[in-house]
Amino acid sequence: MQSAADARASAQSRIRLELLANLVRKDLKVKYKNSTLGFVWSMANPLLYLAVFSLVFQFFLRSGVPRFAVYLMSGLLVWNFFNTATMSATGAVVDSANLVKKVRFPRVVLPLASVGFAGVHFALQLLVLFVFLVPFHPQTFGPQLWLLLPAVGVAVLFTVGMSLLVSGLNVRYRDVEHLLEIAMLAWFWMTPIVYSVGLVQKHLQAKGLFWLYMANPMTSVITAMQRAIYRDPVKVVNGVPTQVLAADGYGFYLKWLGIAAVVSLLLTALGLWTFQRLQADFAEEL
Amino acid sequence: MSRAVIRAQGVSKKFQLHHMRATSLKERLLLARKTVSEDFWALRDIDLEIGRGETVGLIGPNGSGKSTLLKVLAGILTPTTGTVEVHGRVASLLELGAGFSGELTGRENIYLNASIMGLSRREIDRNFDAIVAFSELEPFIDNQVKHYSSGMYVRLGFAVAVHVDPDILLVDEVLAVGDEAFANKCLARVAEFQEQGKTILFVTHGLDLIAQICNRAIVLNHGRMLYEGDPAEAVERLRAFMGTAENQEDGLVGSGLLEIVDARVLDPRTGQPSRDFRVGDELVLEVDVKGLPEAPAARVRLMVTSWADYWMYLMETPPDLLPAGGASRTVRFRVPSLPNMQQVFSFSVALLKAGTKDVLDARRFGDQFQVHGPAEVGLSQVDYTYELLADRTHELPADRTHELPADRTHELPADRTHELPADAEGA
Repeated sequence: MQSAADARASAQSRIRLELLANLVRKDLKVKYKNSTLGFVWSMANPLLYLAVFSLVFQFFLRSGVPRFAVYLMSGLLVWNFFNTATMSATGAVVDSANLVKKVRFPRVVLPLASVGFAGVHFALQLLVLFVFLVPFHPQTFGPQLWLLLPAVGVAVLFTVGMSLLVSGLNVRYRDVEHLLEIAMLAWFWMTPIVYSVGLVQKHLQAKGLFWLYMANPMTSVITAMQRAIYRDPVKVVNGVPTQVLAADGYGFYLKWLGIAAVVSLLLTALGLWTFQRLQADFAEEL
Repeated sequence: MSRAVIRAQGVSKKFQLHHMRATSLKERLLLARKTVSEDFWALRDIDLEIGRGETVGLIGPNGSGKSTLLKVLAGILTPTTGTVEVHGRVASLLELGAGFSGELTGRENIYLNASIMGLSRREIDRNFDAIVAFSELEPFIDNQVKHYSSGMYVRLGFAVAVHVDPDILLVDEVLAVGDEAFANKCLARVAEFQEQGKTILFVTHGLDLIAQICNRAIVLNHGRMLYEGDPAEAVERLRAFMGTAENQEDGLVGSGLLEIVDARVLDPRTGQPSRDFRVGDELVLEVDVKGLPEAPAARVRLMVTSWADYWMYLMETPPDLLPAGGASRTVRFRVPSLPNMQQVFSFSVALLKAGTKDVLDARRFGDQFQVHGPAEVGLSQVDYTYELLADRTHELPADRTHELPADRTHELPADRTHELPADAEGA
């Protein structure tokens, strides 16, 4: 009897996948309840980016990457996942103040649900992307595609770490949200999403600083995503070979993904520690 | 009893009242060292052990730490010192429907809310029909909760909370929502829980309730436990402490300098004692006081309490309404319009020395008057008037128009009351 009761008590403080799934489902329902187009709207953001960046880089600056749409999408979708998850995790605890102050439940599920919510969109967007790739960029479906798995894995881990860190901090310091918004914008341009990583490599390798550029875990993730989806490191345009991606072999990507995984683990540990430390005061701070 | 399901040892809770606390990183950097804070101990050295199947009442004046203790035990607040052990699933009725999402339907909210409280999908499936039946919301269960009235919202919240099959139920004043029928439903459910051997911890101002349903009570004041034990004794001690004890012979308060001789409820229309009133009626309460020649100046405080001894409203005179000296006097309180709370009321009278909190005498007058009104459904009522307009088929005389008591009709401007045009009446 007592042990059954204890099991039920722990169900109130343990992170349960079912609860997480319910919270994600709630967010999805709330978001799409009153829109008939529903999920189609979530495609609007990447398409807008595609239109704007194609216009700027292909037509005005003429400095774009060949097959720009595929290149952009292979990096942008995972970035959007990271960005949306982190930004909504920032407000996750504060927005659920009523719940946090009145009900006993594992608070960690709040930022995790934000990651789950963004993850669902990421998966669906990726699916749509692959549907388009079948006719327009069939070379994606080659042996290099397996890089997608470790890349997405590291992306999720890193995002979880960031989300835990900022959602806890934002309860105590409410301007974390604003700071993060600016930081995210800078971060976006520090990763090779709209420009070619090969270009950066050419400039930085001579100065021996390319490792610094790659140390950004999101860059490691995005370059691996590009190698998996965009595939060809060198594209020949009008007879001139252009180095688009950083490397051909998998070693480069695996090395940087490995480093990013370690960083992500440390970040997750830090985020969890911070969150646990701060959550004792959540009910008072809100 | 059997093993303790709740054990608190040396629990203290400190709140910091911050003046100029940095609430942003920017301020944190600018104000680096200027943070001033004041400690406030909401709980001090609480040792508590509650066994399975016990019903324990937590009572005390406002701000005594009752709710804080409940939140600490519920695992919502973390104690500053000490340890809390809880064995079993906790349902905390701190606020009904906390965490409902307005965009979701009643059905979806039941699943979400119960899931947050730790139930698995299978458990919810099993209880779903019972929850809906209890809430009496079958026709609306697939409507969005944002379209619910506050009464419906509360009913759904309560239905979910009592069906999560808790081992421990923590209740904070939710019975005070004002609707007696609803409160009775809650109480019936609490009684059921008691029969099932569940542990219940109660925060309430309803002192009569404590004596009725608890097997133990704890009196808190300024975060410390004043008394723990027999509920009747606990209530007696709190009343004595608050200066509202029924019998004052024990000399806890009262020097005999100034005495409450009697008090009564009057109907101002007749000037006679009365006990039945209607919502919106005028009510008069008279208190007879007798003082010895050396009696100090004093004020009169009158607390009207509900059927369950909730403090409903307080009336107090200026500090020195009763001048010093020996005399017999009568103080009259007048309530021009009784608020819409339909139940039986009691009241307590206390005489306090001018400018102090010293109670010279206090007495409680139980079951004094009852307020009736239109049938009560829902949590809240609005003022309204009604009238029966001339019925053209039966040619009723014009003077059969019914209205609420005259003093309430003015609440609607005359031009807003709906009447048939004069010429229609003659038709």
